[in-house]
Amino acid sequence: MALVEIRDVKKSYGGVVPVLKGITLDVEEHQVVCLIGPSGCGKSTLLRCINGLETIDSGEIRLHGDRVSGPGVDLDALRRDVGIVFQSFNLFPHMSVVENITAAPIKVLGQSRAEARERAMELLARIRLDKKADEFPDRLSGGQQQRVAIVRALAMDPIVLLLDEITSALDPELVSEVLDIVRDLRQEGMTMVLATHEMGFAKEVASKVCFLYGGVVHEEGPPSQIFSDPHDERTRAFLQRIIEAGRL
Amino acid sequence: MDDTSEATTVDRTRAPRPTRKWMPAPPKSVVGLAVTAVAVAAAVLGAAFLTVGAVRGALGELEAETAWADVWLYAAAASAVFLFVPAVKGLETALKARRLARVDFADARAATADAGEKAKLAIGYAVAVLMVLAFGHFLIANEIAVGRTFFDVGLIFETFHLVGKAFWVNVEIFVIAEVLVLIWGLLIAVARLAPGRAGAPIRLIATAYVDLFRGLPAIIAIYLVGFGLPLTDLPVLRDMTPTMFAILALTLTYGAYVSEVYRSGIESVHWSQTAAARSLGFSHGQTLRFVVVPQAVRRIIPPLLNDFISLQKDTALVSVIGTVDAFNQAKIIASNHFNLSSVTTVAVLFVLITIPQARLVDKLIERDQKRMRAGG
Repeated sequence: MALVEIRDVKKSYGGVVPVLKGITLDVEEHQVVCLIGPSGCGKSTLLRCINGLETIDSGEIRLHGDRVSGPGVDLDALRRDVGIVFQSFNLFPHMSVVENITAAPIKVLGQSRAEARERAMELLARIRLDKKADEFPDRLSGGQQQRVAIVRALAMDPIVLLLDEITSALDPELVSEVLDIVRDLRQEGMTMVLATHEMGFAKEVASKVCFLYGGVVHEEGPPSQIFSDPHDERTRAFLQRIIEAGRL
Repeated sequence: MDDTSEATTVDRTRAPRPTRKWMPAPPKSVVGLAVTAVAVAAAVLGAAFLTVGAVRGALGELEAETAWADVWLYAAAASAVFLFVPAVKGLETALKARRLARVDFADARAATADAGEKAKLAIGYAVAVLMVLAFGHFLIANEIAVGRTFFDVGLIFETFHLVGKAFWVNVEIFVIAEVLVLIWGLLIAVARLAPGRAGAPIRLIATAYVDLFRGLPAIIAIYLVGFGLPLTDLPVLRDMTPTMFAILALTLTYGAYVSEVYRSGIESVHWSQTAAARSLGFSHGQTLRFVVVPQAVRRIIPPLLNDFISLQKDTALVSVIGTVDAFNQAKIIASNHFNLSSVTTVAVLFVLITIPQARLVDKLIERDQKRMRAGG
């Protein structure tokens, strides 16, 4: 039994624009699954369905074998355990860095202020931002903000971490500091699902790469196979364009 | 691949297309404008002395003519001479610019800009002085009719303590109403944002309330509440004073306005903030309380203060239900003396409390815009 099982998930916006047309995908424990594909292929939507930010029309999503899609699911409980990091960071601008990280552990998990702060400082030290603990997000660079956003999700001690194009809004020179954290997390065995345009990075960290096109998984397999010997015509064309643009 | 690279290569076999020449032009002369400025300054100086003459005549009728008053009046009129400083300098510079245009365009442009600026400065101040003079004529027209009716200084001083004391009733009403409005408005706003199908009836009734009280003129709300509710003889309501009814009516009316301000503030917080909060496991209520409302409140302070200024002014409406506020007190005095100067006192009091708040709103808006430009 996989940690996350996605079975024939369909989703359309407003009942007319289909985004996911039957996605089936397994995420094993400790795996890093990279979703690649052109813009609008449904990568982000799939991630948002996994933590219940979007509702699915049909199919099902299971976490540890328990169905977590459909009516009656405690979404607040699901989201406590399934962390997500967004492309645009979405830090809370009215809270300091450390408050951003401790807010949910205190209000949602009921940790004491001191306990939550101690854990937050530990995590901040790991990403070398402990000196910025009491700064506000607008004083931080994009890369620093995104690192804080990752730590904010980690403070909830998630079972799975979803990363939605976390480097797409960053200046090129800030990308590596964010990707370094993802490498560390992989070392520790964090189960992650990434939607990404960083092909080189996907090639390096992925246990499994999934090529999505038009709301369907066209091809999945180990990065060595997908990137060097893609079987599917669309995958080949997509990767060819990436290579021509000098991005792989 | 090949056709794209060809398109970007420059074709070296043909001569490049010649670039058009930039044709420098001399600046447009502002001598005409500068002459106008001098003429306007002269006209205003003349008008100032004419006005002083008229004011002296009016003071003579009042038998309030003194040597000191003459000195002050003529000094004020003579100060219009200062209009000539920028006007004449502007004319000089404009003439110099015209000479320079034959030698160096760049210097001529700078001199022209300087001359134009000075001439406009003179005209701008002249217009302001003219308006003040016109107001002076308005006051003394028809044997000082306006001055006597609105600005009877003796009566203003004599009755100030009565009006000032009654003004505390207005202050009491708006301070209490503002606190209540802050709470009531937020409750309505949150009700209008009640989620899901179960929230629909709550949203509906909150919307109906807002529609009703935004459409209902405040004076009618005060009238209905102030005269109607005591007639019902219901417990609690029958023991309330007119001031309390006034506070209740204004809270109901302004609660509707302020709930809209809150709602626009809440909706102006980007949905990604809600997504981030919900993703951390915050419930709908927790998301509103810890993430959305704190950000909304910062943004709505300027429109909120604007509504408060309106509320403060509308406390004058409570006179319709017989509350003895400053306006009602002033009206009583006005009808006893057949003179409106006590009402002027009330007007001045309202203006005085409003100005600092209006400046504060300006400051806050400016601060917010600066922060926006700073990208935060």
